[in-house]
Amino acid sequence: EKTRKSFSGRINDLIARYRKIDEDFFEELEEVLISADVGVMTVMDLIDELKMEVKRQNIKDTKEVKDVISEKLVEIYYGEDDEEIEEINIKENELTVILVVGVNGVGKTTSIGKLAHQLKNDGKKVVLAAGDTFRAGAIDQLEIWGERAGVDVIKQHEGSDPAAVIFDGIKAAKSREADVLICDTAGRLQNKVNLMNELAKVKRVIEREIPGAPHEVLLVLDSTTGQNALNQAKTFSEATDVTGIVLTKLDGTAKGGIVLAIRHELNIPVKLVGLGEQMEDLQQFDANAFVYGLFADMLEEEEA
Amino acid sequence: MAFEGLAERLQNTMKKITGKGKVSEQDVKEMTREVRLALLEADVNFKVVKDLIKRIKERAIGQEVMESLTPGQQVIKVVKDELTELMGGEQSRIAVSDRPPTVIMMVGLQGAGKTTTTGKLANHLRKNHNRSPLLVACDVYRPAAIKQLETLGTQLNMPVFSMGTEANPVDIAKQAIEKAKEEHHDYVIIDTAGRLHVDTDLMDELEQIKTTVKPDEIFLVVDAMTGQDAVNVAESFNEQLDLSGVVLTKLDGDTRGGAALSIKAVTNKPIKFAGMGEKLDQLEAFHPERMASRILGMGDVLTLIEKA
Ligand SMILES: Nc1nc2c(ncn2[C@@H]2O[C@H](COP(=O)(O)OP(=O)(O)OP(=O)(O)O)[C@@H](O)[C@H]2O)c(=O)[nH]1
Ligand SMILES: Nc1nc2c(ncn2[C@@H]2O[C@H](COP(=O)(O)OP(=O)(O)OP(=O)(O)O)[C@@H](O)[C@H]2O)c(=O)[nH]1
Ligand SMILES: [Mg+2]
Ligand SMILES: [Mg+2]
Repeated sequence: EKTRKSFSGRINDLIARYRKIDEDFFEELEEVLISADVGVMTVMDLIDELKMEVKRQNIKDTKEVKDVISEKLVEIYYGEDDEEIEEINIKENELTVILVVGVNGVGKTTSIGKLAHQLKNDGKKVVLAAGDTFRAGAIDQLEIWGERAGVDVIKQHEGSDPAAVIFDGIKAAKSREADVLICDTAGRLQNKVNLMNELAKVKRVIEREIPGAPHEVLLVLDSTTGQNALNQAKTFSEATDVTGIVLTKLDGTAKGGIVLAIRHELNIPVKLVGLGEQMEDLQQFDANAFVYGLFADMLEEEEA
Repeated sequence: MAFEGLAERLQNTMKKITGKGKVSEQDVKEMTREVRLALLEADVNFKVVKDLIKRIKERAIGQEVMESLTPGQQVIKVVKDELTELMGGEQSRIAVSDRPPTVIMMVGLQGAGKTTTTGKLANHLRKNHNRSPLLVACDVYRPAAIKQLETLGTQLNMPVFSMGTEANPVDIAKQAIEKAKEEHHDYVIIDTAGRLHVDTDLMDELEQIKTTVKPDEIFLVVDAMTGQDAVNVAESFNEQLDLSGVVLTKLDGDTRGGAALSIKAVTNKPIKFAGMGEKLDQLEAFHPERMASRILGMGDVLTLIEKA
C-alpha cells in the first residue's frame, strides 16, 4: 500500500516548497533519501550526479528537476538492464527448488508460507522442508504455515542436521511429484563463519541431488534494517549465490532503501515484497512504485 | 566495503591537511563532513547526526582542536566524548518491586528478539539474582509463538504460563499475575507479540496490558541492525507506553549499531542489556562507551586517542 503512493505527487510537494534549485533543495533531497535507508554513498553519488545534470541541462526550475530525480533513482536500480519485473524462476515440468536464507527474524518462515500459498493458488504442488532445526518452535511454525497454505511439510526433530532434512525434502518432493520444493533455513548472522559454511553445505546437497538446482536462492531482508543489509547481501551471496531478495515488513514506516545500493553494487534484484503477517501479504516487486514510496514519509511530515 | 572506520577516514583527510601547520575552519569543516558520513553509515538517525555535528563543530572550532598538534585525533576524541555522553552511563539494573511479583513486559517490532530475550532475562534473574520467574505467553498471533516460549521454558526448566491462542492477551497477563502470586514467583516476564508501532489496535492492546498489570519494567526490544526508522519506532512505543528501558539484540553481528544512539537520543531511556547470540546465556550488560567506539569503527579509535 504505502510503497504504491504516487511518486509524482510527493515530489510535487517538495518541488512546490522550493522554487529555486539551491543547496537547501539538495540538502532536503539528501535527507529524504538517507532517512529511507538508501545507502549513504549511493545518495552522495546521486546528489552529485543530479547537481551536474542540473548544470548541464541548465535547469532553473524545480519542476523540471522532478523527472530527472526519478529517472536517476530508477537508473541506479536497473543500471544498464531493461526495466522489467524480475519474476521467481519456476521451471515447467520439472522440480523447482527454492532455498530461503537470511539473518535472524527477518521473515523467512513467514515468507515461505506466503509463497507456498501463492504458488498453490497458481496450481503448483508445493512441498516445504523444515531446515531450521535450531530455533525453538521453528518446525511447528513452518507446520502451521503448511496447514494454512494446504501443502506438505517435511521435517525431522529439533537439533537434527539441516542438510539431512533438506535431503529428505528433495526425496519426498520427487516421489510426490511436486512442482516446487521450498527449503526453510535457520536465521544466522553473516559474520558467523560456521553457520555460513553449514548453509553452503545445504546448498551443495541440493546441487548434488538435482542438476541445475537450487533454481532460486532467496535472501530475505527486513526493510527496517539499515546499512548492514549490504553486508548481509554480500556475505550470503558469497556463501550461496543469492538470486533474488524478498524485502519484508514494508507495511511499517521503514522504506528498505538499501536495496537500491544492493542492486547497484551487487546486481541482486528484489523479487518479492512482504506487506504484512497474513498469507496474502506478498507481492511482486515493482521498482518504480518502490522508488515512489521512498519519499512518502518525509513529505507527510512536512505537510503536517 | 563502504564501512571503513572513522579513524581511518579522518587520517586520510588529515594527510591532506598536514604540512600546512595550522588547522583552518575549512579543515574542520572537512573533518566534520567525514564524521557525518561515518555516523550515517553506522545508521545513526540523520536528525540525531545533525545535532551532534553542530555540537562537535562548536567544540572542534574551539581551541582544543585548532591549537592541537594532532587535530585529527582531537576531533575523534571530541566525537567520542559527545557520543559517550549522549549514550549515558551503564545501567543494567532491573527493578525490584516491594510487593512481589515484579512484573516485566517485553515489547517491540516483529522479529526483534522479544521471546528469546524473555528467556535470557529469566535465566539472568535466576542465575545472578537467585530469582524464580514465571514466563507468560501473551503472543496469541504468531504461529507457534507459545510453543517457542514453552520450548525455552523447558530448556531453562522454568514454568511458562499460557492460555492458548483463543484467549485475550490482557486476560492472560492478568491471570498470570494471580498464578505467580499463588505459586510465589518473585518475577513475571510477559512476552508479547511483535507489532508495528503504527498498528493502533495492537498498540492499544499493549496499553491495556500495561494498565491491567502495572509492570515495573517495560523493555523495548530493538534489533541492533535497525536503520533510520529506529527513531520512529522508539518514539512511538515510548509515547504510548512510557518505556523503562531498551534491550538491543543481535549485537553479535557486524552491524555498527547506530540505532543505539538514535534510540537513546529520542527516548532518553537507558539501554540496559545487549543480546549477544541466540543462546539463553548470551545476554550482557550494555556498555555505552564500548558502543560509542563500535559506532565509530571499533578499537582503532581508542588507540588513536591514546596517541593524541
Ligand atoms: N508486519 C510484518 N511482519 C512480518 C512480515 N514478514 C514477517 N513478519 C513477522 O516477522 C516475525 C518474524 O518472522 P519469521 O518468519 O519467523 O522470521 P524468520 O526469518 O523465519 O526468523 P528466524 O527463523 O527466527 O530467523 C514474525 O512475527 C512475522 O509474523 C511482513 O511482511 N510484515
Ligand atoms: N544472533 C542473535 N540472534 C538473536 C538474538 N536475539 C534473538 N535472536 C534471534 O532472532 C530471531 C527472532 O527472535 P525472537 O525471540 O523470535 O523474536 P521476537 O521479537 O519474539 O519475534 P516475534 O514474536 O515474531 O515478533 C530468532 O532467530 C532468535 O534466535 C541475539 O542477540 N543474537
Ligand atoms: Mg524461521
Ligand atoms: Mg516472539
